[in-house]
Amino acid sequence: MSNTAGGGDSKLFARGKVAELRLELNSGGKKDKNYATKKIALKRIVANMTMSNNDMVALFPDIIQCMHISSLEIKKMCFLYLVNYARVRPEIAVNAIPILEHDMEDSNPLVRALALRTMSYIHVREFVAATVPLVKHMLRDSDPYVRKTAAFCVAKLYDHDRHMVEQSDLIDRLNSLLRDDNPTVVASALAGLMDIWERSDAIKLTIDYTNASKMVAILADCSEWGQTYILEALMSYVPQESGEASLLAERIAPRLSHSNSSVVLTCIRVILYLMNYIADQKQISALCKKLSPPLVTLLAKGPEVQYLALRNALLILQRRPEVLRNDIRVFFCKYNDPIYVKVTKLELIFMLANEKNIDEVLTELREYATEIDVHFVRKAVRAIGKLAIKIEPAARRCIDLLLELVATKVTYIVQEATVVIRNIFRKYPNQYESIIGTLCEHLDSLDEPEAKAAMVWVIGQYADRIENSDALLEDFLYSFQEEPVEVQLALLTATVKLFIQRPTKGQELVPKVLKWATEETDNPDLRDRAYMYWRLLSTDMNSAKSIVMGEKPPITAESERLESSTLEEMCLNVGTLATVYLKPVQSVFRSARPRKLIASPALQKQYLANDIETQKSISMFGNGSQPTNIDLRTRNAVPSAASPAANGGGNLAQAVNDADAYFSSIGTQQMAAMRIDGGDDGFGGGGLNGTGYVVNALAPQAVLQPAHGEGSNGDLLVL
Amino acid sequence: MASAIFFLDLKGKTLLARNYRGDIPMSAVEKFPVLLSEAEEESSAVPPCFSHEGINYLYIRHNNLYLLALTKRNTNAAGILLFLHKVVEVFTEYFKALEEESIRDNFVVIYELLDEMMDFGYPQTTESKILQEYITQESHKLEIQARPPIAVTNAVSWRSEGIRYRKNEVFLDVVESLNLLVSANGNVLRSEILGAIKMKCYLSGMPELRLGLNDKVMFETTGRSTRGKAIEMEDVKFHQCVRLSRFENDRTISFIPPDGEFELMSYRLNTQVKPLIWVECLVESHSGSRIEYMLKARAQFKRRSTANNVEIIVPVPDDADSPRFRTNVGSVHYAPEQSAIVWKIKQFGGNKEFLMRAELGLPSVRGDDEHGGGMTGGFGGSMGGIGGKGAKRPIQVKFEIPYFTTSGIQVRYLKITEPKLQYPSLPWVRYITQSGDIAVRLPDVA
Repeated sequence: MSNTAGGGDSKLFARGKVAELRLELNSGGKKDKNYATKKIALKRIVANMTMSNNDMVALFPDIIQCMHISSLEIKKMCFLYLVNYARVRPEIAVNAIPILEHDMEDSNPLVRALALRTMSYIHVREFVAATVPLVKHMLRDSDPYVRKTAAFCVAKLYDHDRHMVEQSDLIDRLNSLLRDDNPTVVASALAGLMDIWERSDAIKLTIDYTNASKMVAILADCSEWGQTYILEALMSYVPQESGEASLLAERIAPRLSHSNSSVVLTCIRVILYLMNYIADQKQISALCKKLSPPLVTLLAKGPEVQYLALRNALLILQRRPEVLRNDIRVFFCKYNDPIYVKVTKLELIFMLANEKNIDEVLTELREYATEIDVHFVRKAVRAIGKLAIKIEPAARRCIDLLLELVATKVTYIVQEATVVIRNIFRKYPNQYESIIGTLCEHLDSLDEPEAKAAMVWVIGQYADRIENSDALLEDFLYSFQEEPVEVQLALLTATVKLFIQRPTKGQELVPKVLKWATEETDNPDLRDRAYMYWRLLSTDMNSAKSIVMGEKPPITAESERLESSTLEEMCLNVGTLATVYLKPVQSVFRSARPRKLIASPALQKQYLANDIETQKSISMFGNGSQPTNIDLRTRNAVPSAASPAANGGGNLAQAVNDADAYFSSIGTQQMAAMRIDGGDDGFGGGGLNGTGYVVNALAPQAVLQPAHGEGSNGDLLVL
Repeated sequence: MASAIFFLDLKGKTLLARNYRGDIPMSAVEKFPVLLSEAEEESSAVPPCFSHEGINYLYIRHNNLYLLALTKRNTNAAGILLFLHKVVEVFTEYFKALEEESIRDNFVVIYELLDEMMDFGYPQTTESKILQEYITQESHKLEIQARPPIAVTNAVSWRSEGIRYRKNEVFLDVVESLNLLVSANGNVLRSEILGAIKMKCYLSGMPELRLGLNDKVMFETTGRSTRGKAIEMEDVKFHQCVRLSRFENDRTISFIPPDGEFELMSYRLNTQVKPLIWVECLVESHSGSRIEYMLKARAQFKRRSTANNVEIIVPVPDDADSPRFRTNVGSVHYAPEQSAIVWKIKQFGGNKEFLMRAELGLPSVRGDDEHGGGMTGGFGGSMGGIGGKGAKRPIQVKFEIPYFTTSGIQVRYLKITEPKLQYPSLPWVRYITQSGDIAVRLPDVA
């Protein structure tokens, strides 16, 4: 091993004084063979720089002097210093330019590339201006290592000063590098172009079938990272014929056997994308079959990659369910999986559960519900309840399991179960009331607002069937004033329901509650609702009854599926950060270039139309009149040219954005309160409202997500 | 694409950092420990990436370090996380171990490596063998020779030219590990064989290798009749040296290997396998003051094979004491630090069956609602992701069976040709099966 010469340098991590270091740097003179003393001094300086000792800036002129020494080790340290401090003292830094220029003519490609790389990292006008002509030259260097470095250089310069680059012919030159005979250079040029394209509307990136074909041809000769860059670039190719798309998909499919998971996931992304342009269902099925094993294999990797694979599986399951027709068992949790992995697996188990495997699933969930991690246990309990709603024939079995869990008397399990049972009643009115008795046994263990509100809802809804409903409500009402608003609202509605169903039992309670809710509260929602009930009850009892006890809209467990436009966008971003957050890309990455499926004669509209939100999907792709030879300008124009649905999506993204920005600034406590005000329509006056039929309308999202606003881990299913 | 890479200690203090794009203030890293602990307080499910004020934090943990990447873009998360793992791999090869101390001890080389492994946030060369050819402290002494190896930009980016060995040898290790999840009532919920072929290659020049396995799909595509057992691999992954298109076409595994040790391929089989060491367990609680475990272990493989170093680890309540054991083979000891009893059997012959009985005292009387040592201790359960002591742990089984693979995979041939040098060479093959992650869920206490 080579670290004998290195290593043991931690002793250099002592705060150094500028004067001493300067002396050390300049001592030795001719006696300093191989510059041993200088090297030590430089290391000390770099160590101090690492410790953010900014006094080191004062040594700039001395460092510039050292750059002349033709020792690679010394050069590298000096250049590191330069990159670090150039922006602090640009007027001194510029003295390094001639040295760097000189190094770029060195006979050693390592030195040429190092000088160029260093120079292009420095965001100082003089450096950028000096680099532009040099890069032109270096893009044609005889050594591929230098050309590869130069390719990334162009992207760096574009970052520093896009006008200067746009006015030069650098992008054209970078473009012509795509014809280089070295695959690594081509992949680097593509990465550079993609980087520029991502930030600019000014350039086009047109990849036709011939180009795409050539790119695929060199895939095998690229390093693993080069392969990723090429695959990513292929996302900008728009197939014009179904045959082209399937041929290309076939040709990149071998990448699925690469040991680098990033290559595999990116390849999955491209194949999923190309499938949109393939007409032949048999080919689609064959491709889907190919995607499944690699996805499952990713689950045997480290937890981070596993998690990414699982998050993407959530997407793929919605877009191409046949990919994951696999045994649901691959998603069963290992006891030592990190919680974030377990929770995502749980979501997948929920999504894959059906009438056939429900028994197996319930046995598994029962296991999870007795684990140690509260967060995970709650999600498991919630999942059981939601399965009762999702799979009707299994409702009884789910409910039995819930009751078994309630019998453990573990408070958070009881509370979680209470919440889901409320939803089960919503879904199956008048069917499982026999379990109310069991619920009532555990009233005392309810201390969370959501669970309390759920229980109160049950009591109100079934006031005529619960013998002592008035006494139970009265117990709750005892602490009315101290309850959070969520519970107060539930109590108000429940009391009204009691009165409507059993006027004699409710007649004492109602006036009391109405008085509290109108006169002794600061909460406008509570007050408004109380006034509404008051008027209603005093005007017309029959209408009051039909409104308050009216039929509620049905709830389903499936409504958390991603909106189809978001799903489409997510599928174009498989393996990226957005798929971890599962939120529309623009809501997290404001400046990101929007990605949409581009219309072409080969684009398969009908399959997308099968999605739930048919209308939106269709209007999204209704750009049939687009010219076939699409370049990135028209691509860019797509969102604005698209129908109101797409704009609606944009507005939604904006809204989500604003909301996130707002919520990230306030604590979870307030956030929970906010939700209560806005989102309680699932019960109480529920029947009147047009939204909020989703089972999870009341999910305590604040608990489930790290409240870091925009990028927080947006669970797809709030189980 | 990463904007910057950081090495942090466990308190979140930066040890060393490299800024690649300058679009995120380096001070953003100071938020990381705060965000991490806030998120951990919020929920135990803190994922490896999160975002705050437009900055995305992607991190992994290694020894006493965090490796953190920051980015503003919707970047390829798999790429970044994998790159961080590669950094660990490369640095570990360079410095033997990667930890807080080795960062300080080698900071100059680390800066050099970071400059070479990533450019403008894009991963470049991450092959440590190749990097070692031109980034070493020693190379600076031989100033003139340090040039970028051709491999850096070559199609064969993992092997340099001019390698010479006096004796040309290749060692192949076929290692299979068995992952099993068994429910408390003995149902196999999930079984999976993860195999790997690891190579140690000491060959001169640029040798061409071809590996033949008893691969069912290959037999089928070539129309060859199967002599003996052929295996069906559900998924295969190859080292980047293997020509993937060739494999896709005719299932030939052909490659120019890297020098030295590497993993040539890994594969996965979903076939339902019976547990090689079958464990049954009964748990009985006696009036809450004593708990008794009855274990039966049976080797379900042929008599001529032997499992070595068998360990059966049975979780017990945290506060158990005064253990007493009885067994007809091996040794049993109580490991309070992992709240478990460990039954060790040096050699476990095929088809054999052994019994073990353990009895432990429980100082505190507890309710009857306890599920296998899990639930009651469950409050405030943020265990940082990994099931801690109190978690509902399964029985684990560990073993090794040499000269045996569960799948029946066989190396039929390994052909080695070096057109220019044409030397004779010797391939050696070994097989071994190991326990992977074998978990048998504990039954409820009777």
